[in-house]
Amino acid sequence: MWLLVREGLQALAMEQKGYRRGSFQSGTSDEDMLEIAGASLEFSAADDDPPLDRELAGFSSYNGGGMNGTSTMMDFLEEPLPGVGTYEDFNTIDWVREKSRDRDRHREITNRSKESTWALLHSVSDAFSGWLLMLLIGLLAGSLAGLIDISAHWMTDLKEGVCLAGFWFNHEHCCWKSNTTFTDRDKCPEWKSWSQLILGHGEGAFAYILNYFMYVIWALMFSLLAVLLVKSFAPYACGSGIPEIKTILSGFIIRGYLGKWTLVIKTVTLVLAVSSGLSLGKEGPLVHVACCCGNILCHLFTKYRKNEAKRREVLSAAAAAGVSVAFGAPIGGVLFSLEEVSYYFPLKTLWRSFFAALVAAFTLRSINPFGNSRLVLFYVEFHMPWHLLELLPFILLGIFGGLWGAFFIRSNIAWCRRRKSTRLGRYPVLEVLVVTAITAVLAFPNEYTRMSTSELISELFNDCGILDSSKLCEYVNDFNSTKGDDLPDRAAGPGVYTAMWQLALALLMKVFITIFTFGMKVPSGLFIPSMAVGAIAGRLLGVAVEQLAFYHHDWAIFSGWCSPGADCITPGLYAMVGAAACLGGVTRMTVSLVVIMFELTGGLEYIVPLMAAAMTSKWVADAVGREGIYDAHIRLNGYPFLEAKEEFSHKTRAMDVMRPRKSDPALTVITQDTMSVEEVEAIVGSTTYSGYPVVVSRASQRLVGFVLRRDLIISIENARKKQDGIVSTSIVCFTDYCPPLPPSSPSVLKLRSILDLSPFTVTDETPMEIVVDIFRKLGLRQCLVTHNGKLLGIITKKDVLKHIAQMANQDPESILFN
Amino acid sequence: AVTIFQLTCAHSVTLTLLSSVKNSEDVRCKCICPPYKDHSGHIYNKNVSQKDCDCLHVVEPMPVPGPDVEAYCLRCECKYEERSSVTIKVTIIIYLSILGLLLLYMVYLTLVEPILKSGFLPLQDHQPFANAHDVLARSRSRANVLNKVEYAQQRWKLQVQEQRKSVFDRHVVLS
Repeated sequence: MWLLVREGLQALAMEQKGYRRGSFQSGTSDEDMLEIAGASLEFSAADDDPPLDRELAGFSSYNGGGMNGTSTMMDFLEEPLPGVGTYEDFNTIDWVREKSRDRDRHREITNRSKESTWALLHSVSDAFSGWLLMLLIGLLAGSLAGLIDISAHWMTDLKEGVCLAGFWFNHEHCCWKSNTTFTDRDKCPEWKSWSQLILGHGEGAFAYILNYFMYVIWALMFSLLAVLLVKSFAPYACGSGIPEIKTILSGFIIRGYLGKWTLVIKTVTLVLAVSSGLSLGKEGPLVHVACCCGNILCHLFTKYRKNEAKRREVLSAAAAAGVSVAFGAPIGGVLFSLEEVSYYFPLKTLWRSFFAALVAAFTLRSINPFGNSRLVLFYVEFHMPWHLLELLPFILLGIFGGLWGAFFIRSNIAWCRRRKSTRLGRYPVLEVLVVTAITAVLAFPNEYTRMSTSELISELFNDCGILDSSKLCEYVNDFNSTKGDDLPDRAAGPGVYTAMWQLALALLMKVFITIFTFGMKVPSGLFIPSMAVGAIAGRLLGVAVEQLAFYHHDWAIFSGWCSPGADCITPGLYAMVGAAACLGGVTRMTVSLVVIMFELTGGLEYIVPLMAAAMTSKWVADAVGREGIYDAHIRLNGYPFLEAKEEFSHKTRAMDVMRPRKSDPALTVITQDTMSVEEVEAIVGSTTYSGYPVVVSRASQRLVGFVLRRDLIISIENARKKQDGIVSTSIVCFTDYCPPLPPSSPSVLKLRSILDLSPFTVTDETPMEIVVDIFRKLGLRQCLVTHNGKLLGIITKKDVLKHIAQMANQDPESILFN
Repeated sequence: AVTIFQLTCAHSVTLTLLSSVKNSEDVRCKCICPPYKDHSGHIYNKNVSQKDCDCLHVVEPMPVPGPDVEAYCLRCECKYEERSSVTIKVTIIIYLSILGLLLLYMVYLTLVEPILKSGFLPLQDHQPFANAHDVLARSRSRANVLNKVEYAQQRWKLQVQEQRKSVFDRHVVLS
């Protein structure tokens, strides 16, 4: 019901003239006022009448039937109007207000709990509701992840053939029952490739061409479906989602971004996009899916539905659950949420996030999508030791990861900027089709790009034993030495050399095609492609070092620890370290990356190499470019995100940033008890500020409080319609005791309840470092500037962002939203 | 909102319950035996329980003579695996039906509805739901279920249109 009402508000707001906020210049004052007024009527009728009873087309007249009876003055003061205290789309929430509202609510429940048993039960259930919500989020996120995994696995194999024993089986499950040979583990009679189905045989040039053709056709079909679904039903479902979720968690509102249609479309199109063979992953979109689940389930509980700050705590926990199911790493998920996604992370959220992540991982495990109780396809289980001297190639991999990360970020941002500003952006469907076609055509000939990226990573992480028969494990074996599963370093056979140059080609292709893929109008994630690039580079280096150690075991660096016949070098470990380095270089994750990687491997042996590579890659990448990929996208889109990690190191003061500047007209203020309704409406109509300071009088400019535009408009409109005697010449009074008026004058409009009596103020000499710190720590939207106790100006979050951008020599006009 | 929640709840419960439904065909013991002397490598599958999952029970017929069996079996690796084919089948069918429904709805909205409502050729593909404005303005309030559904649908279409404008046309979000 609340969703309907909120959607009603949106629709009505938009119906008038499209978007009205942010960088969009609003039209005439009357339209703005009427717009919001109509919205308020929606709200007040929420539980009484269905929206259909409202007259939609014109706003000049109101139907009655909303509130019951006329409200008296006292009612008006005590009951907050519905609509007051909510936020418009593309605006920032007021953290302080939300938090204090929650504390008030909690205090009231605690006080009432002493009165009756029912109230006691209510308070207990209120405390318990958070945990119940986490449980539900974990269940839902886990089951959706299971659905996505199973469907993506099946559809990826659909490009190559079908299973005759049941079309719903993918290649591996089709051949589950039958006996495969040791060398050809893929072939079984139930699985037919397309050429075998159509032609009857699978050999020959024509069969190859037919397979190629079918592969490209299926890939194109999947991506076309994906982009059409996104465009028709939920345009917010494209992209990765993590930059926008970061912004939402910092206090921004994007209505519909975490809604049900976005959830459904993102789930469905994610499977399609992954199956089409594009160079993208599903981890980032899984975080978005989990946050959608969190947002939707919040509507079941009043505590979270009405309070935006509490809801963001739940979203942090949901993001942790999302990463947990993506990697099978609950602790890594919590740390990822803490480090990358969340803005404020109270300790209470830590425990709850962990609970949600565990429940999600457990749900996914019980669905068992991979058939053997693993959570992720590329879980590794080897525990071979490594030597200290190997740190040198690991640091080399870290440097490669950092350089690649910086290169990728720069080129991807350049390409996305081009998509944003030139004609390329007008053909999203065509762009997706072209990129898919190029990817499919280039990927099919090389077996390492033809397989899905997760399978590739799994194969690269695998340590070669006697039981493996893939091309990568075709070493020259010496069967006389029976050493069980622990094979020594051996010379590479011809299969390994073929695999090496194929992998090198695959590396080149992935490095370049991912730049054009990330950011397209289909759900696309970054983790898997970066890990693939790193894993390929790592495996290449690992095999090179292994062969070096084998052929030159008499060199000084090897002779000490690597005697011939011993198994010293594990190329699978190099692949893992490379994957961690590249992922760290792109996303600039630190702790969460290492924890995710060691939860993937199941052991603590490799913590030191992983940390060495992750640290090196972060330092190298930070030296070349300042931001990670998500921060770069936030800046590209101009979201009002105040970066919490960077220091502000310039010596400006509050008076340099505040508005009005010296050349601007004076600050628009409202006086506490001398302005009429008409004058207030004129001020609100002629300016577009989101709030106005209230002063004692224009002469003294002493501060009383701060009132928000939205609350003002809703209250005045409501008063005009519902209260007796309020006309244009009524005086608006913001204080408790209004000045006595002669009896012939119209009644006073008391708006004391919507006034914020404790706005934050700084003096004009306050250094901007402290002001920026205050904005970050308290989550302010605006801050008033006083001089000698008198109100001088105002600093908003947008001004702070523009100032930071200016100081960093970036374009301050790129900060779009209000 | 409540029905979606109920649906998804039911779905997650179904999936977890299904995974516990054991189909006796869905267990196997897989033994991989590497090449030994002049015998090539081989993979053996057999439908046995977990306690019987070892080389002696699964590898049949044994390719090596009696004294060598132990050496051969030491190299073999046997793993017990289970899966739930019912879960896979149900999941794929659920997914395909959701996808099919969405496709049908998309075709209906883009092609069929404009023909039904306005009686002329469908609009250009740029704004497939552009007539939502007119419909909304024209609709008079009669509180029956069909009109309610239509009203909710028109409101949703407007939202999608706005989202599409900001993502695809103006490129202000998600570029």
